[in-house]
Amino acid sequence: MTTNSLTTSQGAGRAGDKVFSGAAMAAGCLILAVLFGVALFLVVQAIPALTAPAEDIQGGNGFFAYIAPIVVGTLIAAVIALVIATPVAIGVALFISHYAPRRLASGLGYVVDLLAAIPSVVYGAWGAAFLAKEISPAYDWLATYLGWIPIFEGPASATGKTILTAGIVLSVMVLPIITSLSREIFLQTPKLHEEAALALGATRWEMIEMAVLPFGRPGIISAIMLGLGRALGETMAVALVLSSGVLTASLIQSGNQTIAAEIALNFPEASGIKVNTLIAAGLVLFVITLGVNMIARWIITRHKEFSGAN
Amino acid sequence: MSKRIDVKDLNVYYGNFLAVEDVNINIQAKSVTAFIGPSGCGKSTFLRTLNRMHEVLPGARVEGEVLLDGNNFYGPGVDPVTVRTQVGMVFQRPNPFPTMSIRDNVLAGVKLNNKKISKGAADALVEKSLVGANLWNEVKDRLDKPGSGLSGGQQQRLCIARAIAVEPQVILMDEPCSALDPISTLAVEDLINELKDQYTVVIVTHNMQQAARVSDKTAFFNIAGTGKPGKLIEFADTTSIFNNPGQKATEDYVSGRFG
Repeated sequence: MTTNSLTTSQGAGRAGDKVFSGAAMAAGCLILAVLFGVALFLVVQAIPALTAPAEDIQGGNGFFAYIAPIVVGTLIAAVIALVIATPVAIGVALFISHYAPRRLASGLGYVVDLLAAIPSVVYGAWGAAFLAKEISPAYDWLATYLGWIPIFEGPASATGKTILTAGIVLSVMVLPIITSLSREIFLQTPKLHEEAALALGATRWEMIEMAVLPFGRPGIISAIMLGLGRALGETMAVALVLSSGVLTASLIQSGNQTIAAEIALNFPEASGIKVNTLIAAGLVLFVITLGVNMIARWIITRHKEFSGAN
Repeated sequence: MSKRIDVKDLNVYYGNFLAVEDVNINIQAKSVTAFIGPSGCGKSTFLRTLNRMHEVLPGARVEGEVLLDGNNFYGPGVDPVTVRTQVGMVFQRPNPFPTMSIRDNVLAGVKLNNKKISKGAADALVEKSLVGANLWNEVKDRLDKPGSGLSGGQQQRLCIARAIAVEPQVILMDEPCSALDPISTLAVEDLINELKDQYTVVIVTHNMQQAARVSDKTAFFNIAGTGKPGKLIEFADTTSIFNNPGQKATEDYVSGRFG
């Protein structure tokens, strides 16, 4: 009887394979377990606040009356941050990847990455102590000349500690995230497509429109979502910059509040149902972030056929 | 709408490195001219100077003159963008824009030069260009599908359609069939034969049989050794290059003794 020589395997290589696939599997499961654990904690701790009688919740009108204004405040701050940061970040990224001379580009890329390394409390201090003061004349101007638009209605805050200032500080904080990711993506545009555009007689900007931006689109969306994640969750900078209050349409008056800052400011002294209320607010923030990410995924996959991946 | 190209004393550099030295060549209108030679001899580099794509690379530059019917491409104040609308290019690997449909790929260059084009005119141009590239029958029912879904040979013909849609004077092809299978290669070669009725075609190829099949005139480039500049060795009718070459190096190359 002969044995099939192909059945004898070389043990060492297979063992390495198994160890690696096991480790990768464990890491993947760990992520799911942590996410599930956090979600479970939030839900369990939030239930008392959600089911409590309305008058026990801060404000006396129940949880949803309490959370709605700060959800809106959170979204306003994040939207201001993204509206300011996205065009600037894409512009800076394109400058670094396609316009700047190579030496300047690497220096500039380094500086942008450094911006991301500054702790948020420093941004907060800068926003509260410097930016708010310097920017309040501009708010007066807005109130005088554009005051008929509800979001610029006067009188402007004398201290400048408004939701618009908070949004501007947030935009500086998310700028490096969007810039670095976009830059990496723009640099990966296939040379082949760039040359195809140039050979058709495209100027540099037309080449970017034709080859670089469409190719980078899913990446830009992901970068914006990561920036949005930071803007939604940012606590310290908002807590320091914003002089919070009730929901206000005007961006240049004091008022408004974000979920993250609300939790941070109130948690240390909270007890009883107040703790549950704040955790429920955290759950709402978690759900918003999850929803935003799912929408981003959906936008990206909607255009899969034209993504160039096939 | 085809013009002749005259190249005078052209030196091509990458930084300080002289890649192609002292080329003088006269390319006839409405003909197919093939560039052959061993790898690294500078034939592709030289081709890219004919539509100023060479200078896209950092540090790359050119000395000398390239005249399109007497107008110097490298004259002062000449915009490379204008040059490239006159001289179309097809690349080694098919490169339709992956984010665009087949139709938008064909119109990509036209929309750059002439932003406003009516839908009727656009439809007519798409059909004319795709017919001109022998691709119309294969794609007419799926013009809105992405160009990247086509086979390699179809993609390359789509790139040719995109190039001829802007009605250039000259079409440059940089080893257009090297990534294609034999049947697709045949389709592209047939197309090259038809294109020369209207356009001046310049093709770089590694494949000597291809040069013999498609070209009217052939230029042989060679390199003396690594680090030395490439040179134009011989330029003559294709039949004489292959049957009765004037230079020893040409004879050695076309008979397969090196390269």
